[in-house]
Amino acid sequence: MTRRVAVTGIGVVAPGGIGATAFWDLLAEGRTATRGITLFDPAGLRSRIAAECDFDPFEHGLDANLCQHADRYIQFAVVAAREAVRQSGLDTGSLDPWRTAVSLGSAVGGTTRLEHDYVLVSESGRRWDVDHTKADPKLHLAFAPSTLASTVAEQFGARGPVQTVSTGCTSGLDAVGYAFHTISEGRADVCIAGASDSPISPITMACFDAIKATSPNNDDPEHASRPFDARRDGFVMGEGAAVLVLEDYEHARARGADILCEISGYATYGNAYHMTGLTSEGLEMARAIDSTLDQARLDPTRIDYVNAHGSGTRQNDRHETAAVKRSLGAHAYETPMSSIKSMVGHSLGAIGAIEVAACVLALHHQVVPPTANYETPDPECDLDYVPRTARPRKLEHVLSVGSGFGGFQSAVLLSGTGGRTR
Amino acid sequence: MSKRRSGRAAVTGIGVVAPNGLSTDAYWKSVSEGLGVLDLITREGCEHLPLRVAGEVRSFDPAALVEDRFLVQTDRFSHFAMAAAALALDDAGLGGEPADPYSVGVVTAAGSGGGEFGQRELQKLWGQGSKFVGPYQSIAWFYAASTGQISIRGGLKGPCGVVASDEAGGLDSLAHAARAVRRGTDVMVVGAAEAPLAPYSMVCQLGYPELSTLDDPDRAYRPFTEKACGFVPAEGGALLVVEDEDRARERGVPVRGVVAGHAATFTGTSRWAESREGLAHAITGALDEAGVAPEEIDVVFADALGVPEADRAEALAIADALGAHGTRVPVTAPKTGFGRAYCGAPVLDTVAALLAMEHGLVPPTPNVFDVCHDLDLVTSHARPAELRTALVLSRGLMGSNAALVVRRGDDSAR
Repeated sequence: MTRRVAVTGIGVVAPGGIGATAFWDLLAEGRTATRGITLFDPAGLRSRIAAECDFDPFEHGLDANLCQHADRYIQFAVVAAREAVRQSGLDTGSLDPWRTAVSLGSAVGGTTRLEHDYVLVSESGRRWDVDHTKADPKLHLAFAPSTLASTVAEQFGARGPVQTVSTGCTSGLDAVGYAFHTISEGRADVCIAGASDSPISPITMACFDAIKATSPNNDDPEHASRPFDARRDGFVMGEGAAVLVLEDYEHARARGADILCEISGYATYGNAYHMTGLTSEGLEMARAIDSTLDQARLDPTRIDYVNAHGSGTRQNDRHETAAVKRSLGAHAYETPMSSIKSMVGHSLGAIGAIEVAACVLALHHQVVPPTANYETPDPECDLDYVPRTARPRKLEHVLSVGSGFGGFQSAVLLSGTGGRTR
Repeated sequence: MSKRRSGRAAVTGIGVVAPNGLSTDAYWKSVSEGLGVLDLITREGCEHLPLRVAGEVRSFDPAALVEDRFLVQTDRFSHFAMAAAALALDDAGLGGEPADPYSVGVVTAAGSGGGEFGQRELQKLWGQGSKFVGPYQSIAWFYAASTGQISIRGGLKGPCGVVASDEAGGLDSLAHAARAVRRGTDVMVVGAAEAPLAPYSMVCQLGYPELSTLDDPDRAYRPFTEKACGFVPAEGGALLVVEDEDRARERGVPVRGVVAGHAATFTGTSRWAESREGLAHAITGALDEAGVAPEEIDVVFADALGVPEADRAEALAIADALGAHGTRVPVTAPKTGFGRAYCGAPVLDTVAALLAMEHGLVPPTPNVFDVCHDLDLVTSHARPAELRTALVLSRGLMGSNAALVVRRGDDSAR
């Protein structure tokens, strides 16, 4: 027996504003939060732009221990989780801790801190036999990826299954998907689910430079992230977090919670093709979409909006366009499909959760967020990408899709509270 | 998909790359004989570190098992994982490309990533400049590298996943695969292999308060004794092939065991006294899912962290969950002979459990004598016993607890 899964809270830490309200305002206004990198000196890099969060952990009420010792991506996750739990109205003190789970994703985890200390212990890359006496005694917390889920679990006293998911750039979708399974299959009643990454550091920027995946449009950062536009030239790095409270539908109803929407399907497949490459066919992503529709017993024509991966690389945009056409058929041409990466950049593992949060807000506001900077159509990408301006629309069922290094192709289906067919 | 479905996740293939054996047979020989292979670390650049003893995988020749085009773009942890996956698929009789690529998925657990590769690229970046960072850093260092490469190498397009976890994630990955099989995927390749012994990775581990820094390989890792002084890290791991039991029987391949039950809990980082309740809760949950009574557990593969407070909590958790049976059931921890390979450790324990059931032999706990807890810990020599059901326990340094029940294959047949 599978149980229905409700979303009862969301929290967001995104470039352009902290909190779900600021995040939605940015999307609804079609503003971009991409700019020249300020978190470190990017001189010498090919891509020197990013979507950064203006984030002060003290201002958001984190205690001294978290402010001083927790990595930035963990601070993001805690702030987003607190917002989500607050909105859900859950009294964490009265929850059954063994039935409360955590499922959080991150693609690169503590690498920013790891790089920072690497520079110290290696004397700026001079030594292979690194000097351990110069390392932070708490460096193991950056080394262990599960610090993310553990730290958030401790905040809320969760004692059920606590997982950190790391499937590259689909980590956020997959973390929400694992949480969906955890609740629908009865292993927990509440799951704090989402993802966080703070990858804006020299090593991460340099490794994407090396494969020319990121945009070199350093002179015009505000317009550098151009998904589906013929003049796109790569993605713009981002950072941030989004966390959702997922809950057994009956559990949420019994306590009189405000149910924002439901997660009604999740699937992931591997493309078994290339670690970074995508085919122009989109077969595996289409299969993931088809599977979510099967789970919800929905006809493809019921999809009202597709939140695209839309990274702004040529191969991604045509891959994804092909996948959506394959799954939705002629209906694809009538379905708006936009990429919020045009505004908040690509925060690697976090972005999938941020995009799911955007879908929750889109359902709530009945508005489709736009693809900012979209001006010049590309003949290879001929769907309705919602250029530049948000669009009011009746929304019941929306899809969020993503692709990740390693070949991961994932899809999450969300359904508004009025749109159920089961 | 096949038509008949048992809903039971059968293990049909095993692949091992461990400090005490580079094949399943070699691993079992070492484990059953209680061979200790912990030794001083020989990896370049580690000589000066205050962590001298580990379980190293030696004489592993990745080029003999993995093609060059994969080797250049991957770290040692992925070499281990790809080699173990290929061994497991061969063992299961699934060596070629699958007829339906979507019918086979991959899930791995990872707790340390591609540290040696990452350190090399960090050295290029900071020593020489950003233009010297190679094109494979973006796909070698991150936790998803092994799942992605196994999927690509085998043409496996089924559900693919990665739990980036502490030790207990190794058991979580097995449960993840078993659930994927129950949801309808024919076959899952699952497990974990780690390579945490590069210099910088070792520096990163020095802060773990549970780490043993004794430099005598025979005395560094002695859980459940008064001499317990922490755990010894290791590299390597194992991958398994898990598939629907009826499908395995249709194919006519031996079922080496069944993943029958799992549960996971969390009780806080390094709060070992509290892990008693969390581990007991996980054991009870795993028994419930498996439909197994406490008295039916024939052997327990312990987490055996080697920290006195944690050892006590584990001994008490076994008693809490299994009742009086908990003090009578044979308990073992073969990993004291070769160390804890993070997420790989409980997968290697699961392999040992499956092989113990096959051979009717509880392997011993090397280097451990004078047990100071109320447990029937098997020491010195393997003990013959009729084994039908095994319980594998794991706790992670960040606070996870997990329990897995595995049953002997032939008993699970209808």
